[in-house]
Amino acid sequence: MAIAHVSAPDAPIAPEKKSKKFAYILLAPGLLWLLIFFAFPLINLAETSTKTPAPTFETGEFVQTFRFMNFLDAFVDNQEQFYRSFIYALLATLLALAIAYPLAYAMAFRAGAWKNFLLIMVIAPFFTSFLLRTLAWKQILGAEGPVVSTLQFIGLMSPDGTITATAFSVIMGLTYNFLPFMTLPIYASLDRIDYRLLEASGDLYANGATTFRRVTLPLSMPGVVAGTLLTFIPASGDYINAQLLGNPDNYMIGNVINSRFFRVVDYPTAASLSFLLMATILIVVVIYIRRAGTDELV
Amino acid sequence: MSEPKKVQGDLVLSHITKSFADFTAVDDLSLTIPKGSFFALLGPSGCGKTTTLRMIAGLEEPTSGKISIGDTDITYTKPYDRPVNTVFQSYALFPHLTIFENVAFGLRRRGIKDVDAAVEKVLGLVELAHLKNRKPGQLSGGQQQRIALARAVVNRPALLLLDEPLGALDLKLRRQMQIELKWIQTEVGITFVHVTHDQEEAMTMADTVAVMNNGKIEQLGSPADLYESPKTVFVANFLGQSNFIDGVVESTDGSNVVANIQGTRITFPKSRNNASGSALKVGIRPEKFRLHDPGDNTHGNVLAGGKITDISFTGVSTQYLVEMPWKQELVVFEQNDGGAPDLVKGDPVTLSWEPQFTFALDGASK
Ligand SMILES: Nc1ncnc2c1ncn2[C@@H]1O[C@H](COP(=O)(O)OP(=O)(O)OP(=O)(O)O)[C@@H](O)[C@H]1O
Ligand SMILES: [Mg+2]
Repeated sequence: MAIAHVSAPDAPIAPEKKSKKFAYILLAPGLLWLLIFFAFPLINLAETSTKTPAPTFETGEFVQTFRFMNFLDAFVDNQEQFYRSFIYALLATLLALAIAYPLAYAMAFRAGAWKNFLLIMVIAPFFTSFLLRTLAWKQILGAEGPVVSTLQFIGLMSPDGTITATAFSVIMGLTYNFLPFMTLPIYASLDRIDYRLLEASGDLYANGATTFRRVTLPLSMPGVVAGTLLTFIPASGDYINAQLLGNPDNYMIGNVINSRFFRVVDYPTAASLSFLLMATILIVVVIYIRRAGTDELV
Repeated sequence: MSEPKKVQGDLVLSHITKSFADFTAVDDLSLTIPKGSFFALLGPSGCGKTTTLRMIAGLEEPTSGKISIGDTDITYTKPYDRPVNTVFQSYALFPHLTIFENVAFGLRRRGIKDVDAAVEKVLGLVELAHLKNRKPGQLSGGQQQRIALARAVVNRPALLLLDEPLGALDLKLRRQMQIELKWIQTEVGITFVHVTHDQEEAMTMADTVAVMNNGKIEQLGSPADLYESPKTVFVANFLGQSNFIDGVVESTDGSNVVANIQGTRITFPKSRNNASGSALKVGIRPEKFRLHDPGDNTHGNVLAGGKITDISFTGVSTQYLVEMPWKQELVVFEQNDGGAPDLVKGDPVTLSWEPQFTFALDGASK
């Protein structure tokens, strides 16, 4: 039910035998792709996650010992970053939602002729790379940057204060980077709402606020669910923002995985952490979709 | 959670004008709709029917003029504060709510106590109580239409507005719903304002019909009144068909007018004359004509010298085109009841009709 609510609210489809076969043919390239680029690496990763260092103690050499304790060790050693990842991702998701919903609402209902322009503005950041934009924020918020010097000039910040290398700037970076992923689905679902439904609601004694709560918001829930997932999932695995805008105290689980893989060359721990992250996200997402899917049906 | 004041009484539109940029959709329209009546607003596409309805519902503000129900001015009242409900042409059922919750929507907003009983009752009225747990997407067009009606009626508004609610239905279902709507209106006793461009629908359902054209009311009256005594050429042709023959008044003879149409003298009651001057457009409905072989006995007004140019069979009646000596083609309907002579194309005919079926309009009217 929850899934149906997210994707297609009213499309009861009765597949026939003939079209089923055709559907498999259409699915084949995608399945093949998934098999090669998702399933195989995943199996490989699973295999790696239970390995232990080779007796030779040569860097990068591991042997399969099915040591499932790797998972527990990886978790215990990196609990802090784990929790931090989800807290940062959650805060960034909430912030992005708070910014994106009014923005999408204005674009869908109030922008008039400016609609397409605003839409382009929302997508515009994609024209430059994610890394570059985050670096730009590092400059803007940095000690020599315009924000800090202005705040220090008007006395709102102490002369040795910083914005970068704080949790604030990491969360801000995450919010900024994933904002379009929140805005676009919400905009799409709001824009699809039949204006006459809002008129009907007004006609049936609901004032503006009630109409929003009872009609607009529930009808935009598919967009909100999609947007929060598209923000929360990549944000909880992100490491670029923490690396560029934070300090080691703000490192997230992505940073740990990154450094285990590429610096420490501790593949089993990196693989275990990756699995733990995936599993946690999956559980959180399933619980979330369940709740969001049924709660909003009044 | 606003409870509209108990507003009751006739709906009065006075000098309502609505302009969009430089286009006037509704033009100085004044109208009184008596409480409890079934009123139909009839007119061609784009004449301003929906705009008028939207102003009554509060979804559009008039450029000028005043709207009131009884002695309450509602011209600028918000839609949610008006004792008015609308059945939208598109139904506009809430797709995320069940049928039950759709119908309960207005009651809940007003904080009415016994929602369940009221909803069950109105769902019974439209005979769809068994579908209350479905979503609108799982209903047929006709069922959705009835739910849209139930959702509005359940609020017992002072006024129910229906904007071509039957437009999307097929002919058979449409006729059935017309009867049901009429029955429901009698049952609940609410004033219905029904917009349509289907003249038959307006005539069969309404107590009073207003014919609208170019943002103005052309004529208002009972269906029979409009049909038998149209006051304008537009109304005469919008409700059924009419033949118009140019003529002049020659004299008055007691309670009758004597007129000359294309060289033939006819008479009709003075009460049937709406012309101010002596130039006339004399109107006769096609089914009022009788066809005769030349030389047959006739009574009433008579036009001789016609020639059949076309015959088409339409089922209950046959439609003849008769060319008159002054080269005008008149349309004649004859019932297929054996009363008319056997005629073929090219036959000479004489036309007659009873004087009281004549209606005369100003010679200059269009
Ligand atoms: N928002 C608007 N802006 C500009 N013009 C409008 C607007 N709404 C309606 N009109 C114009 O006003 C006129 C009357 O429109 P309206 O919708 O009232 O017609 P209608 O009688 O309901 O026609 P139909 O039978 O086709 O529904 C039309 O010419 C229409 O183009
Ligand atoms: Mg209309």
